Amino acid sequence: MNRVLRVLLIVAAIAMVAFLAFLYVPVQRTPAQMVLAADYAVPEGAGAYAMRIADCAACHTAEGGQPFAGGRAIISPVGTIYSSNITPDPETGVGRYTLSEFRAALYDGVRPDGSHLYPAMPYENYRKLTEQDIRALYSYFQNDVPPVKATQPLNDLAFPFNLSWGLRAWKWVALGEPGFTARSSDADLARGQYLVEGPGHCGACHSPRNALMAQAALTGADPAFLSGGQIAGWTAPPLRGAISAIQGWSAHDITLILATARNAHSAINGEMQLVVRDSSQYMTDGDLTAIAAYLGALNQRAPKPAAEGQTDTEKLLISADPSMDLGPRLYLDNCAACHFTNGRGADEVFPELDGSSLVTAESPTGLISMILQGGELPSTAVRPARLRMPGFAYRLSDDEVATLATFLRQAWSNNTDAVTVDEVSGLRQLDTAN
Amino acid sequence: MARTDPKKDVVIIGLGWTGSILGMELAQEGLEILALERGPDRETVPDFEYPKVIDELKYGIRLGFMQKPKKSTLTIRRTLDEVAQPYRRLGSFLPGDGVGGAGIHWNGQTWRPLEIELRLKSYVEETFGAATIPDGMTIQDWGVNYDEMEPYFDRFEYMAGIAGKAGNIKGEIQAGGNPFEAPRSRDFPMPPMKQGVDAQMFAKTASALGLHPFPRPSANATQSYVNEYGMQLGPCNYCGFCERYGCANYSKSSPQTCILDALKRMPNFSYKVNSEVLKIELAEDGKTATGVTYFDEAAQEEVFQPADLVIVAAYSLHNVHLMLLSGIGEPWDPVQQTGTTGKNYSYQMNGATSLFFKDVEFNPFAAAGSNGISIDDYAISQIDFAKEGFIGGSYITAGISNGQPIRGISLPEGTPSWGASWKQGIGDWYGHAMSIGSHGSNMAYRDCYLDLDPTYTDPHGRSLMRMTFNWKDNDIRMTQFMRSKIEPIAEAMQPDSWQSSYKAEGAQYDVRPYQTTHNVGGAIMGTDPKTSSLNRYLQAWGQHNVFVMGASAFPQNIQYNPTGMVGALAYWAADAIRNDYLPNPRPLV
Repeated sequence: MNRVLRVLLIVAAIAMVAFLAFLYVPVQRTPAQMVLAADYAVPEGAGAYAMRIADCAACHTAEGGQPFAGGRAIISPVGTIYSSNITPDPETGVGRYTLSEFRAALYDGVRPDGSHLYPAMPYENYRKLTEQDIRALYSYFQNDVPPVKATQPLNDLAFPFNLSWGLRAWKWVALGEPGFTARSSDADLARGQYLVEGPGHCGACHSPRNALMAQAALTGADPAFLSGGQIAGWTAPPLRGAISAIQGWSAHDITLILATARNAHSAINGEMQLVVRDSSQYMTDGDLTAIAAYLGALNQRAPKPAAEGQTDTEKLLISADPSMDLGPRLYLDNCAACHFTNGRGADEVFPELDGSSLVTAESPTGLISMILQGGELPSTAVRPARLRMPGFAYRLSDDEVATLATFLRQAWSNNTDAVTVDEVSGLRQLDTAN
Repeated sequence: MARTDPKKDVVIIGLGWTGSILGMELAQEGLEILALERGPDRETVPDFEYPKVIDELKYGIRLGFMQKPKKSTLTIRRTLDEVAQPYRRLGSFLPGDGVGGAGIHWNGQTWRPLEIELRLKSYVEETFGAATIPDGMTIQDWGVNYDEMEPYFDRFEYMAGIAGKAGNIKGEIQAGGNPFEAPRSRDFPMPPMKQGVDAQMFAKTASALGLHPFPRPSANATQSYVNEYGMQLGPCNYCGFCERYGCANYSKSSPQTCILDALKRMPNFSYKVNSEVLKIELAEDGKTATGVTYFDEAAQEEVFQPADLVIVAAYSLHNVHLMLLSGIGEPWDPVQQTGTTGKNYSYQMNGATSLFFKDVEFNPFAAAGSNGISIDDYAISQIDFAKEGFIGGSYITAGISNGQPIRGISLPEGTPSWGASWKQGIGDWYGHAMSIGSHGSNMAYRDCYLDLDPTYTDPHGRSLMRMTFNWKDNDIRMTQFMRSKIEPIAEAMQPDSWQSSYKAEGAQYDVRPYQTTHNVGGAIMGTDPKTSSLNRYLQAWGQHNVFVMGASAFPQNIQYNPTGMVGALAYWAADAIRNDYLPNPRPLV
């Protein structure tokens, strides 16, 4: 008994020491992963470009707010997080950060005072940033952004994310090794991998999260990486695998949608619009091509076999039979004008509904929201038109939206679960409340 | 109390097709530009959003996108000795207002004039003798020729995304196109529209009669399209709501679909709506403009907006009105035949034959503003004026543009216009009627002109403009000639019945029924400051920093819908401003 007790006491003591160490031992800051020449100077324009590829603006600039002064509310599964001020203001921004403190924020999610940044900041992915990009970002946020004095509301988070040691423990589990290792000697594939896994932090939305809300995979070598996730209740579609949203897309399809929010198949919706608006439309053709090469390699490139003749859905719609069910009738009266009876829309203007990742997403939230509120494409340099789909909330009842959404999810080659009236009314109330 | 705003490089009056084109072209020069639009802002969504815009009562009958006569109109008389009365209810023509202007509510037919139309007076004199031109007819040459305009037609058609089939590429006649058209440098950017049953029947009969049918050139897109500004069109779904409506589907070429979102990205361009320009202000010596005075509805005050360059890009009638109010050019005197401003207002001479077929289903609800088939066998270039006794010509065309229930149902003569028999007639004939129309030229005359009304004023206290216009024998002979060509085609199509409607001898201009919104002239271009308001670059002869866009520059009307020429002239003028005027501001001629 004594012996057992003694062992238990020893284990408890070790645990206590470990726990105290966890609480009080200063956090380690990851050093530079590459030594640059002592006289290394950030090339002209590299700072602004690194800011674009890492999409700092999407979170750190609030709608209508000063650039990078923070304050955007980010609704996450663990609570509401307000983005921080990353202007060079010395009091409320990052003006006093040293390079190594700045790097630690990106690599380790740690502030100069040792407190922890919330994982809405994708340091899981930014740990892969090259030292050149770190320097570029540091230079940009020290020199090229006007300082703004601005503080944010307090975050509103659930246990254990509301506790510093909880975050530390979480990081211990969630973070991978720092630094980036290319898996291909092909320059495009390597650059694409870097942009997707690192600064682009695509996995933050497009990879699933595990039980601890950490990204389930941080590299394309793991099949979970980019296999689909959730953002603000919408499905961030899988970018690989059997139901990949980009299966059969050409490299041009991928570069075009990143540059313009639209392509021959689809249109960007939901939170991804911010990515195009603030980040990907500014990428060089070379970087877009690299991303297309990398994502293409994760997918089957063969185009989807074209449907032979008319589908049953198309035949039904063209029949204009007055006795058809409510779903197809609603489609004819509300949707067919643009998306047509074949559900294929028109290149770059009217997105395809047949095979659409929005329509067939596991969660119908995005589809229902689109029907209720419509959507608007961001204006980009290459495609300036802010094409808009009108909302139909004023015109369709909850029951009609559910019936229409169910029809869409099962029309043409689509074959997904029905949508319930409750799902629609919940979202309508949320919209009304907002 | 007027305020004065900081000076701009350029002020643009009106944000329709030409204001948007000039805005884009001059913004690319880095100039600071302000466009002033008298009407409201308009965007596809929400202003033309599906299905709200598909409302014939609101837009087709109550004219939701048109100017309100209470705020802006003109007076009209037919002869010099009549007293003009205000045009209190829109009828014969429908000027729009708001961002996009008439470019939102047109049907979309986008033609080029014939080579000879741009030098009509010379052509008539050389070919038939000066004596062919009757007394009182004041036709002129344009001062530009087709060859130099060709690249600008091409530019406008590719910017706007026009669907059609070329009939003449660099002199090579193309099967299926219009063999009588002036040569194009290349084919249309999009294939032509699908044709309804009526147009197919017309094409078949016309071919059998040895005529040359071809599809109308259309600003209703037939496929996805991206233009030089990256702006986009989607394929038309033939909903039949074009004329009087904004397009719900991004399918009709308009400033909204083709230019504005790209223009709004230019940091040196801005625009204000609900800002009606009241006057173009001139320097003391009258030789340049100093800017414009406009009424800012939001602030409820007059604003002086100084600018180095004034682009007048309102609707053609308003361009002329502003010039008259601002003292740009001498007003035309129809008796002394002096002055230029307001001279040569002209219109369009149209007529049609309706055909009724009990057993043919035309499905008029599946249609577009500019689908249809035309023939140009009786074009202005194909007619012997000396023999026929008139100057002019027309294209002839069939193409149902809509099946709207209030305006879109044609009934055979003798059907009662109300009551149970009328209802019976509607039931019997909806979808069983088609028409073959003539869309013809209208010449310019000494006593068809625009000046300021001596009596009536607008809400800003400005004199209304007065239109003096009537039909003339020359053009009536032209339309009767077309009748004589159309009726045999109609008979050959073997309808159950048919009826014609063409202006006959003695016809007086009636402002009540809708005819066309092709009001042209009044600020005409030409080669001589004594006989034209503008030089060949649309620059005011007397004020070199004033350029006047639009169909007001037409010396007389062509036989085609004017937008193709208006668009080409805008690019032509923009090119001259960018490459010749801006480096050295001066009279370009």
